Amino acid sequence: MTNNLRFKTSKFIDETYRVSFKFNNKTYFGFKGDTLASALLANGIHLVGRSFKYHRPRGIMTSGSEEPNAIIQLHDNSSRTEPNVRATEVEIYEGLVASSQNCWPSVNFDIGAINNLLSPILPAGFYYKTFMWPASFWEKYEYFIRKSAGLGKSPKVADPDIYEHNYIHCDVLVIGAGISGIMAAKMAAKNGFKTLLVDEKSYLGGSSIYDSSEFSKINNQITSSWLEKEINEISKLENLEIKLRTSVAAFHGYNFLLARENLTDHLPINQRENKVRQRLLKIRAKKVITATGSIERPLIFDNNDRPGILLSSAVKKYIDLYGVACGENNILFTNNDTAYETAMSLIQRGIKINAIIDNRELIDSKISYEVEKNNIKIYKGYTVVDTYGYRRINRISIMKLSKDGQTVIGDKTKLNCDCLGLSGGWTPAVHLFTQSGGKLKFREEDQVFIPNVYPSDQISIGSCNGDFSLEKIIKNTLSSIKKFLDIDNSEYKNIETISGLNQSKRNIWLLPSDKSIGKTKSFVDYQNDATAKDIKLALREGFRSIEHVKRYTTTGMGTDQGKLGNMHALGIISETAGTKMGEHGTTTFRPPYTPLTFGTIVGRNVGKFFDIVRQTPIHDWHVANNAKFENVGQWKRAWYYPKANENMHQAVQRESKAARDCAGILDASTLGKIDIQGTDASEFLNRVYTNAWSKLAIGKCRYGLMLNEDGMVYDDGVTTRLNENHYIMTTTTGGAANVLGKLEDYLQTEWPELDVYLSSVTDHYATISVCGPYSKKIVSKVIPDLDFSDEKFPHMSFKNTKIDQIKCRVMRISFTGEQSYEINIQSNYGKSVWEKCMEAGKDFNITPYGTETMHLLRAEKGFIIVGQDTDATMTPIDLQMDWIVSKKKYDFIGKRSLYRSDTIKDDRKQLVGLLTENPEEVLEEGAQIVADIKKSPIEMLGHVTSSYYSPNLNKSIALGVVKGGKKMLGQKLIIPMENKNINVTVADPVFLDKEGERLNAKL
Amino acid sequence: MFLINCPFCGEREQSEFKAGGEAHIVRPKQPTELSDDEWAEYLFMRKNIKGIQFERWNHAHGCRKWFNMVRDTSNDQIKAVYKMGEKPPVK
Ligand SMILES: [Zn+2]
Repeated sequence: MTNNLRFKTSKFIDETYRVSFKFNNKTYFGFKGDTLASALLANGIHLVGRSFKYHRPRGIMTSGSEEPNAIIQLHDNSSRTEPNVRATEVEIYEGLVASSQNCWPSVNFDIGAINNLLSPILPAGFYYKTFMWPASFWEKYEYFIRKSAGLGKSPKVADPDIYEHNYIHCDVLVIGAGISGIMAAKMAAKNGFKTLLVDEKSYLGGSSIYDSSEFSKINNQITSSWLEKEINEISKLENLEIKLRTSVAAFHGYNFLLARENLTDHLPINQRENKVRQRLLKIRAKKVITATGSIERPLIFDNNDRPGILLSSAVKKYIDLYGVACGENNILFTNNDTAYETAMSLIQRGIKINAIIDNRELIDSKISYEVEKNNIKIYKGYTVVDTYGYRRINRISIMKLSKDGQTVIGDKTKLNCDCLGLSGGWTPAVHLFTQSGGKLKFREEDQVFIPNVYPSDQISIGSCNGDFSLEKIIKNTLSSIKKFLDIDNSEYKNIETISGLNQSKRNIWLLPSDKSIGKTKSFVDYQNDATAKDIKLALREGFRSIEHVKRYTTTGMGTDQGKLGNMHALGIISETAGTKMGEHGTTTFRPPYTPLTFGTIVGRNVGKFFDIVRQTPIHDWHVANNAKFENVGQWKRAWYYPKANENMHQAVQRESKAARDCAGILDASTLGKIDIQGTDASEFLNRVYTNAWSKLAIGKCRYGLMLNEDGMVYDDGVTTRLNENHYIMTTTTGGAANVLGKLEDYLQTEWPELDVYLSSVTDHYATISVCGPYSKKIVSKVIPDLDFSDEKFPHMSFKNTKIDQIKCRVMRISFTGEQSYEINIQSNYGKSVWEKCMEAGKDFNITPYGTETMHLLRAEKGFIIVGQDTDATMTPIDLQMDWIVSKKKYDFIGKRSLYRSDTIKDDRKQLVGLLTENPEEVLEEGAQIVADIKKSPIEMLGHVTSSYYSPNLNKSIALGVVKGGKKMLGQKLIIPMENKNINVTVADPVFLDKEGERLNAKL
Repeated sequence: MFLINCPFCGEREQSEFKAGGEAHIVRPKQPTELSDDEWAEYLFMRKNIKGIQFERWNHAHGCRKWFNMVRDTSNDQIKAVYKMGEKPPVK
């Protein structure tokens, strides 16, 4: 450690607690309280990364979340590895490992730096241009761009840390614990508001907490001393909760905010075990007070990006807070008074300042006179025109500014330095305000955008509201908080401030140079390597809107969202185009303010909590019997049950054959079930289904098709009349929730006069379907008391009965075309009844089958699956299901649409059966169907929707939709595949037992 | 994220609700009497106003009730909520 860079300092650094850490494989030491940036600077390290496009050496630029350059990879090669972390925000701990990113092979020798030499051919829009011209070139560029670009590495294994989400409701949320935030929080809490104060830093007080200057005082006390007492006081307030290391990421409408609370990132890894790493706070605040402060602006001149060039405020913070000198031979470059505060901090510790370069001719403030008294040379009315030094700045050249500030005059003077502090004035941090929908206005006098129209119950105070002097900050904070909270607070009755600073400023967005602009590299966006030249080029090429210029030049598109340079970009655009600031728009700041980890975003919703999993009451049996599962919505459905070495095809063939030859059993519990009651239940069904329901006898079942109002098939299922005013409707598994929603919609909004009540009972019943020629024998054994004779219990009817005293409903309905019984019983008895059926069916080769076999069996019968054989463009007529559309009913949902000019067209896609020329050939679902393969372009007539090999018919069968298909029966069509054309014949979609004899087959 | 005052439950998070499009479009009582154009008007045509808009919302993850809302789409301010069947409030 070069000791001459570390100075005896305040309570912020614990010099008795030495911390070792690794950066780029080398071990360094710092102290507890250091950030990675301050510890590196204390070790004399400025160069920490390479820029994105030109791979120029870059150093630490700032001391906070606005950092564009010092973005590093934390925790090398571990599951915790994290890219794009700002070294200025990382608190060091014993064992920390970090490395530079965006440099290859190393930060000191980076092969991509050749881009810097090639920069004349890497202008704005370079990447876009390579995409477009000529296409073949992209392949050549791609390898190198991918290899040398990219920001860091993402982890390859699961994140070991725990994250969580918390909801917080408060009366007042104060964002930012600087001087105004602390005052606001105190006033709110003392007046009975439940208050939450958050700050992204690890300490309270913002930049004022290390302000020990004699030049700004509150009630005759040094600012930091006064503030410490305030902090001491608020930390005891009952109504106030304070959260440090908490960064507000997003400010949404209705005062809904997201914040990330960092809980363990500052701890050594071995102390993080079983602790929550980060929390996403979902804050709903009645009132929001934004006190996010301001960000110092850099100055834009040639080569303003060398390591050793920092913001002046960062130089001040590193010495004041961390006791670290950024250089031993400093120069400050400014257009306002704040750099003189930095100068005083350096002077107090005896650190050499070579010169101050000030854009202003006239500097008239107490603090500047004091600096001059210390024999510091101030170059008034000067600008820096160039800098030198590859891995670290070592010299600058300066020239006199012309009166209008547009050119430089006179001779060039060269000055040595190893650190250059920049102060271009301050930009209010209005990011959160604009995220919330707030509108800004431009203040000409000091060239800043400040909050103007608030979209919700919120206010901005302090320097994020454009109040920069201590006096204004305190005065305006007091008056606006009183008004905002409607309080008459006497906390701060006699508050006096003095300041040695003058607010004068000479704002020049792009400083002039003795070189032509084409020969300069004046960086506006450091992270994305966008220069003033690029912006001017974009304007020459016709871009005007800031949003377009931004994307074309990539200004503000980095992980820092251009917190430093966006204002300069706007300034340069307006100066070049000769328009007013803000006329081309201000850029939109989008959440998050600083990047969030994925862990924080997902919280506890990982692994099996990622999404809800629904299992039927019989699930465990399926697992125990080797079922493979299929996801249907959130449901896990048994897909097929392979035996021994069977593959899926073999299992499905066996199951399908058994279901038709003997008996099959299916867990149908996932089907949606809606209980419908009320005196108008029949009328209601009449209106929602295409067929007639009023005459359905009690105890009978009927299949129904439901349309959307546009006439397209929406859902289907069997509904049973349990009683005069009581029905139970079944829906598709995936459609259950939507059907209930749709029915409720009509009931509540269109037909409130109907006496009908709907209730979802999907989860209340287990549904076991036994089918096949032996099904009757099996269910008779399970329910011996019930008369299963065809006379007493015909197809499409239902019985109330009991199994071992437990009430259940048995429906004789069929989705396979076989004789089939569906037992519906209270969920918790589902598994035992299933097992009873298995036992009863033992002698009849009862075979459990899954969804795949179910789909095959129904396809043999030409029964549709809504969502597979239909999409939102199929009417019942298209499906050749005219029989289910009542001609007599005056109205039902979708009826009118069935004879719109479009829906009555003959050449709509219609459902047909397809048989392959070679019966062994099974078509691919989704394959295109054409008639004329030679026509160019080939006309696509439709596609295959369902396709199987039928073991019961011993041939391949398929369903498909074909334009005008109804009239094509017997016609040959072609399915063009990658390597061959498959010939098919259009057939009746009902392949098996068209007469329906199997429904009553006896064995 | 909006804070929506369900007329049946009170203030709840927007995530509990589902938006249901433009309000006060009454389903024709006699659809069969309508021409294709008239039916298409009902079926497809919806306003998309920048400003005051009347819309339907459903408290899907709450009481499941549908209700109406007056919302300024330019700034997402909810001006009023009222039950189905109630007259919209006059501006
Ligand atoms: Zn509700």
